[in-house]
Amino acid sequence: MIEGAAWRRWVFFNIPLILFVFVLLFPFYWMIITTFRPDGELYRPWNAVNYMPFWTNNPTFEHIFYLFEETNFARWMLNTMFIALVSTLISLFCGVLAGYALARLNFPYAGGLGTAIFITYLVPQTLLFIPLAEIIRNFKLGDTPWALILTYPTFLIPFCTWLMMGYFKAIPKELEECARIDGASRWKAMIYIIIPVAVPGILSSGIIAFTLSWNEFIYALVFLSSPDQKTVPVGVTSELIRGDVFFWGPLMAGALLGSIPVAIVYSFFVEHYVSGLTGSVKG
Amino acid sequence: MAEVSLHKLNKKFDTTHVVKDVDLQIRDKEFMVFVGPSGCGKTTTLRMIAGLEAITSGEIRIGNTVVNEVPPMDRDIAMVFQNYALYPHMSVASNMAFGLKMRKFEKAEIEKRINNAASILGIESLLHRKPRQLSGGQRQRVALGRAIVRDPAVFLFDEPLSNLDAKLRVQMRVELKKLHERLAVTSVYVTHDQVEAMTLGDRVVVMKDGVVQQVGEPLELYNTPANRFVAGFIGSPAMNFADVTLVENGGSPVAEAPGLRIGLPGALATRARAKTGRKASLGIRPEDIHIATAADAPEYCFEAEVEVVEQLGSEILLDMRAGGALMVASVEPTLRVRAHDKLKMALKPERLHLFDAETEAAI
Repeated sequence: MIEGAAWRRWVFFNIPLILFVFVLLFPFYWMIITTFRPDGELYRPWNAVNYMPFWTNNPTFEHIFYLFEETNFARWMLNTMFIALVSTLISLFCGVLAGYALARLNFPYAGGLGTAIFITYLVPQTLLFIPLAEIIRNFKLGDTPWALILTYPTFLIPFCTWLMMGYFKAIPKELEECARIDGASRWKAMIYIIIPVAVPGILSSGIIAFTLSWNEFIYALVFLSSPDQKTVPVGVTSELIRGDVFFWGPLMAGALLGSIPVAIVYSFFVEHYVSGLTGSVKG
Repeated sequence: MAEVSLHKLNKKFDTTHVVKDVDLQIRDKEFMVFVGPSGCGKTTTLRMIAGLEAITSGEIRIGNTVVNEVPPMDRDIAMVFQNYALYPHMSVASNMAFGLKMRKFEKAEIEKRINNAASILGIESLLHRKPRQLSGGQRQRVALGRAIVRDPAVFLFDEPLSNLDAKLRVQMRVELKKLHERLAVTSVYVTHDQVEAMTLGDRVVVMKDGVVQQVGEPLELYNTPANRFVAGFIGSPAMNFADVTLVENGGSPVAEAPGLRIGLPGALATRARAKTGRKASLGIRPEDIHIATAADAPEYCFEAEVEVVEQLGSEILLDMRAGGALMVASVEPTLRVRAHDKLKMALKPERLHLFDAETEAAI
């Protein structure tokens, strides 16, 4: 805490905090309020007498109904959920094993390999989608969920590997040595001791990987084309912005409903998540 | 039950040679302590016995088996680590059961062994707790319990007491000693604390820079150190050393330094005569120096000025300057001495040590 006079606390702590919270939360508020405002209010000109952008007295579910009745939104949710889950699981599986190997097995060039994996994470997706599109086309995976399930790990695996490598390095190696003296093979020591201890780290990388693939836009835009294959971010933006007409109500309803699963995942694991990021292993 | 023998054991990490040609026979049921300053190779040696570190060259036998290539799990050993290495996600009972489960013991047998070990260590009430709910001493006991239930051929201890506070350390030291008497299992114990080494070990190995300096029973190391390093490392307060020149004085050899001339008795004189004219270190333990009386022969006496008086209650430590040499003497607690007093001190001739200045080996 900031010590000293009250004005110092306000200037250096409270006011910055309030500003920060406002900047973070206002878009969510805007999203929520837009979802529930009727079209009549949404498209009212700013100089109208009863212009009231931040509140509504006539909340409505019309945009949400529109989303489910007039678009494939439910399908998009299912697509996104399936793609995000499967690509997260693949990436976690590879990331945990690779992270463990890089952190614990002394093999030649382990350090260089770790750096190389990190560098692949730095290649921007906006460049990578061009060669990937070629690959997807050659394997005839275009316009199927597998186009995304197999391409998302290209950035999720390096990410998970690095996070897990750091986490595994923070686990005292005596734990594993003790298990091996106790009669466990390296494999069993990993399954029974190291992985249970690393659960917070695994959850953290899983949550972040899930969020990254849930929100991913460019690959989903390029590799999927038919409306019933799309994911939420692409579906909402491509079907609810027609030309220069923005269907603000359904757009925001889509954004709101689309962010709920991620919010649930975060709140469910928040404790593990924080201790995972701070790398605490209680001895 | 097993002997452990190390033969020409070497370990190199890249270019650093951390363990050099260690030869050692650890007897069945013996409590062997490795002691030395940090980086002396004692822990690496222990880890090679455990199989956690590959051997560069040499041979390790446990019982009659060469275990060079045997994985840790098949060496029939149990190890207690400095940081205890308790599995944080398991209860105390599961921690102790893990090694037995891995070895596919019957459930009833596992339970029996856990209860037995828990009652030996007095941790019955902790069996359902998680490691993070335990104090340092309790964790230490659980780590011991985990080793005991395995009923291994050899116990390995890697500085198990160094994370405990001073009082608890003394207490656990006694318990370890009792435990060893009760279980009578060959034990190898690594520590940097010479008091632990002296009190626990049936025999003690002193190491420095990867080389074994001396192996022997605690009092053997104390009374007849093989070289200057062992002499200085074992014993607290440490042995006094004075840089002297060995000279001949009227037919008998003496050790001479500026402001100091000490006669050399019997056998020591004979050995010193061969090195006349050479430089050496004269060693004498603080308790072997006392205030001179009429009974002390003049050639074993010297003048010293007291610089600091340390009252310890059971004894007084006098930090003194004798010529160019600084010495500590341990004297009777009843003695009234003050700083800057000039005293005539005497030493016990039979307790004198001489070390070659170049090789540092005992003369």
